[in-house]
Amino acid sequence: MISMEHYLIVSSIMFFVGIYGFIARKNLLGVLISIELILNSVEINFSVFNRYLYPEHMEGLFFSLFGIAISAAETAVAIAIIINVYRLANNIDVRHIDQMKY
Amino acid sequence: MGYTVYIILIPMLMFLFLGLGSKWLAPRVAGLFGTLGMGVSAALAYLTAWNYFAAGVAADGAYPTVTAWSVEWLRFTDRLHIDMGVLLDPISVMMLVVITTVSLMVHIYSFGYMKGERGFQRYYAFLSLFSFSMLGLVVATNIFQMYIFWELVGASSYLLIGFYYTRPAAIAASKKAFIVTRFADLGFLIGILILSYFTGTFDFGLLTADDASLAVTSLAGSSFLGLSAATWAMALLFMGAAGKSAMFPLHIWLPDAMEGPTPVSALIHAATMVVAGVYLVARMFPLYYFAAPDVLTLITYVGAFTALFAALIAITQTDIKRVLAFSTISQIAYMMVALGVSGMGGHAGEGYTASMFHLFTHAFFKALLFLGAGSVIHAVHSNEMEAMGGLRRYMPVTHWTFLIACLAISGIPPFSGFFSKDEILSAAFGHDKVVFAVLLLVAGLTAFYMFRLYYRIFWSEDRAYEKKPHDAPATMLVPLVILALLSVTTGWLPFSELVSSDAVPYALGINWWIAAGGILVSLAGIAVATRLYCRANDLPARLAAKWAGFWRAASHRFYIDQAWLFVTKKIIFRCVSTPVAWFDRHAIDGGISGLGTGTERVSESIKKMQSGRVQTYATFFMWGVLIIVVCVFIF
Amino acid sequence: MNILSILVIIPLLTLLALFVSRNQRYVRTVAVAGFGLQLICAVVVAVQFLQLRSVSDEAMLLFSDTVWYAPFNIHYTVGVDGISVLMILLSAVVAFAGVFSSWNMERDFFAWYSLLSIGVFGYFISLDLFTMFMFYEIALIPMFLLIGVWGTGRKVYAATKLTLMLMGGSALLLTGILGIYFTSGATTMNIMELARMDSIPMHHQYWIFCLTFIGFGVLGALFPFHTWSPDGHASAPTSVSMLHAGVLMKLGGYGCFRVAIFLMPQAAHELSWIFLILTGIGVVYGAYGAVVQTDLKYMNAYSSVSHCGLVLFAILMLNQTAMTGAVLQMLSHGLMTALFFSLIGMIYGRTHTRDIREMGGMMRIMPFASVCYVIAGFASLGLPGFSGFVAEMTIFIGSFEHADLFRRVLTILATTTIVVTAVYILRTVGKVFYGEVQNPAHLQLDDAHWYERLSAVALIACIVAIGVWPSAVQGILYDSFAPVVEHLNIF
Repeated sequence: MISMEHYLIVSSIMFFVGIYGFIARKNLLGVLISIELILNSVEINFSVFNRYLYPEHMEGLFFSLFGIAISAAETAVAIAIIINVYRLANNIDVRHIDQMKY
Repeated sequence: MGYTVYIILIPMLMFLFLGLGSKWLAPRVAGLFGTLGMGVSAALAYLTAWNYFAAGVAADGAYPTVTAWSVEWLRFTDRLHIDMGVLLDPISVMMLVVITTVSLMVHIYSFGYMKGERGFQRYYAFLSLFSFSMLGLVVATNIFQMYIFWELVGASSYLLIGFYYTRPAAIAASKKAFIVTRFADLGFLIGILILSYFTGTFDFGLLTADDASLAVTSLAGSSFLGLSAATWAMALLFMGAAGKSAMFPLHIWLPDAMEGPTPVSALIHAATMVVAGVYLVARMFPLYYFAAPDVLTLITYVGAFTALFAALIAITQTDIKRVLAFSTISQIAYMMVALGVSGMGGHAGEGYTASMFHLFTHAFFKALLFLGAGSVIHAVHSNEMEAMGGLRRYMPVTHWTFLIACLAISGIPPFSGFFSKDEILSAAFGHDKVVFAVLLLVAGLTAFYMFRLYYRIFWSEDRAYEKKPHDAPATMLVPLVILALLSVTTGWLPFSELVSSDAVPYALGINWWIAAGGILVSLAGIAVATRLYCRANDLPARLAAKWAGFWRAASHRFYIDQAWLFVTKKIIFRCVSTPVAWFDRHAIDGGISGLGTGTERVSESIKKMQSGRVQTYATFFMWGVLIIVVCVFIF
Repeated sequence: MNILSILVIIPLLTLLALFVSRNQRYVRTVAVAGFGLQLICAVVVAVQFLQLRSVSDEAMLLFSDTVWYAPFNIHYTVGVDGISVLMILLSAVVAFAGVFSSWNMERDFFAWYSLLSIGVFGYFISLDLFTMFMFYEIALIPMFLLIGVWGTGRKVYAATKLTLMLMGGSALLLTGILGIYFTSGATTMNIMELARMDSIPMHHQYWIFCLTFIGFGVLGALFPFHTWSPDGHASAPTSVSMLHAGVLMKLGGYGCFRVAIFLMPQAAHELSWIFLILTGIGVVYGAYGAVVQTDLKYMNAYSSVSHCGLVLFAILMLNQTAMTGAVLQMLSHGLMTALFFSLIGMIYGRTHTRDIREMGGMMRIMPFASVCYVIAGFASLGLPGFSGFVAEMTIFIGSFEHADLFRRVLTILATTTIVVTAVYILRTVGKVFYGEVQNPAHLQLDDAHWYERLSAVALIACIVAIGVWPSAVQGILYDSFAPVVEHLNIF
């Protein structure tokens, strides 16, 4: 039997892999993928909690769908930004994108 | 006697009129107005003197002290207030006469002397301002009024010394005169503060009444640094007096003040302003005598030293006005000594009478000397003895009047100086033999340097004059003649019948033994001068070479100026002001700016943390969350 | 409406009128009319005040009170006593003269200048701590722009420094005011009420006194906080220097008295020795600092430090005579420095230098300005017949009334400045105005124009009037200090 904990372990691993990727990746696309991982782990959590704790409700599932939509939109915007950054800086290394700090 | 206030007001109005209207007045008109105003003042002063002395003594046998006019000007506390008023007593009446007379003479004389000068109107305006201040000073009813006019006198002296304001020497001299006397006035002011705090009054009448008992009782018991409050107060007042009257070591401004026009030197730096210090001591005499006799001793010694010191310097000077300036210092010191050795009342107060007498006679013959010197300078266009000689043939009137003045200052009978000087010597003889000996020596020196001056101007050999010198115009000669007449006659006044320490008239004869000594010493001085300077010879040069050290020191005025210059330039300027300014710019302002730059630097270092890399922020964020979570779990 | 409010409304209307003025002529007309009206209004206030006082024995006359922010009990409370009336007169005269000294300035300059005046006049009439503080800030802010935009030399640096230092003072002040409000347990910010309640606990009084005294003291050039003054005055345009040294620095002295000493007399009495030492140092130090300056404006700024130090010095002596002297000194210094800065402005406007080493013989070139400068110099070094003498003597006599050696010695130290002042004044006069012309180019310069003459003559007239007839000023003051002095006599 696959219990709730198994799901949560998977989502936690995804979450922290995402966090690690967000912090450690130097490529913007990598950072973006990491963000996707974080979001997806959250969505797994929503679905799992909904399924196991409140099976009669649907909010968790809907929230997951909502999140997927948002991440799709976010990815579109992010890719657009990354393309623009590439045009300006000829690379997509995060270490070079600090001109607007102060 | 309410009209006396006009003696003072007329010159003031004249000053305002000439000062504000100088642009629209022709020089001659301005001069005429000034002279006319002074003439009216002088006439009123004579009338005052006549009325005052003719009224005679009051019931207690003394000349009364009349407050002819008084108004409260400024109230400080319940007790202390400055009044503006006119006080008439023998010495103030005498001073009124002296000042208006000399001032009138100078007004007339200046017509010729200053003719064609730029700023003629301004000159007359300043003369009026000076006369106003000086007259206000002598009639002061209280010590603060005196201080006020004292300052005004200093300012008008500054303006007149610096009359030729494009000459660097005149600028420096005027500045020096003002600052040195200001420094002395600081003492005067602090003296007033102490005195008024304890006695609770500025009024001369209250201060000097009943043998100055108010001051004696109220100042008793307080002391500071081992000296009694009375000694402090009176010594500080004397400091003010010493500054104006050019006592050692505050005399340095007077010789330089000769940069002013010569008639100004005659009026301010010979006859009137410089005796203000003597007048102040005389005015406060009961306080000195009863409350602070130590200070009176100090005055005696400072006076005696200054008299000798100035006389020695006068011997070596070659600028004729400088010689006269040092002679003035020496003669004023004479007056100071006379006050210092004086007692109170009757014959004991001989010194007081003598001092005032000498002040009176000195004013006329010294003004005459200066105006005569002015006449000579007018003719040869130089102050240096080198440019003069044999002038007696060209300028007979100047020559004869100058000779009279020389005889008067040397103390040869029957000229006025003899009488007053004899009284001073006699008073000193009765008090302190050493001081007497010094004064006798100074009398000889005086005769010597005055005749050195006389011979080198009027005898000796002719110079190659570019233009033949000639006697001055009538406007300049008339004052000379009048002053010469006064120098002959004023000595015969029965002065002790008019002025005495307690205002009670008494008879004072000539002490013939002392007079004979004085005359002999003076004649000896004249004889030596005749031998050395009557005809041109090389003896003076040889003597100077023999005494080279002394000669050089004396002709450099014993380096007192350099000492003062060292104090002001090196110590005050370099060692106080420059560091203060530096300290302000760097330490204090630096501290304040340091606050600013410190803030900036801190922010500069903190802002590095805002690297612009979101990943770094996220790391910090993560760590933060972790720490908080751990903390929450632990506590 | 209360006539005192008109004093604030006139500059406000001037400000509005300036915005619709199209060209320089209109601007001048509006400015002259506005500040002229202000001067007239100030005189009317003085006359009404004197009339009222003869029938009333209230401490504050022409009183009126309006609530404008009820939750914190902030009122618009106005009223004047003798001190404020004199300050209002001084401000009106200096502001009026200032308009003529900056004749060629543009519209925006006069607009900020009017705003500054709103602050100044509002400050002097306010009796509510918060309203007073608000006007104080209104007076300070325009200064930043007036110096930063229209100044000369290192103007941005100077403006920033000045504003930051004064703001620092304001911060202390605000803390102090809140301290007063909360520790006294009062439900009002009215100064007179607070003074009557006298309920600030002693241990709170100490720190509140220090905060408010230093807070106002920064503007009054209290010794270690004076350094904004030399830079600020040197960079400011003429009329701003005039108004700033002439009036704004008086805000400090006035505030020290009205707030710090008036509300906390016991603390003032006990802590005065600390501040006496500071002001004593300031008096002597400013004078010595002035001696070696080569820039005319710097010299005057240091001289101001010395003279304003004397104001605070006298206030701290806490007796009737010395405080009267302090007010006289405020008036005297205000008029004198305004005159100095106006004349320096005239000279600088023509020669384009303020370095005394580069000038000489100005007496020949511009006799009018030079004579005025000499007169101002005489006034500054305390010659009788001018206001400076009366003020200084009153202060010295008053300070010497104290029997303790400490205050006496300080007084004597302070008197020594009369000599040092003479040194630096005469040095400048000798170098700049006397002597031969240094720079041949200067020979082409013209003398003061009519508007500059008007400004100088008006100020000289006031200086001489106070100097010759000081009892008039004392008549207006009368017993304005009585509340404090009587309070101090109780213990």
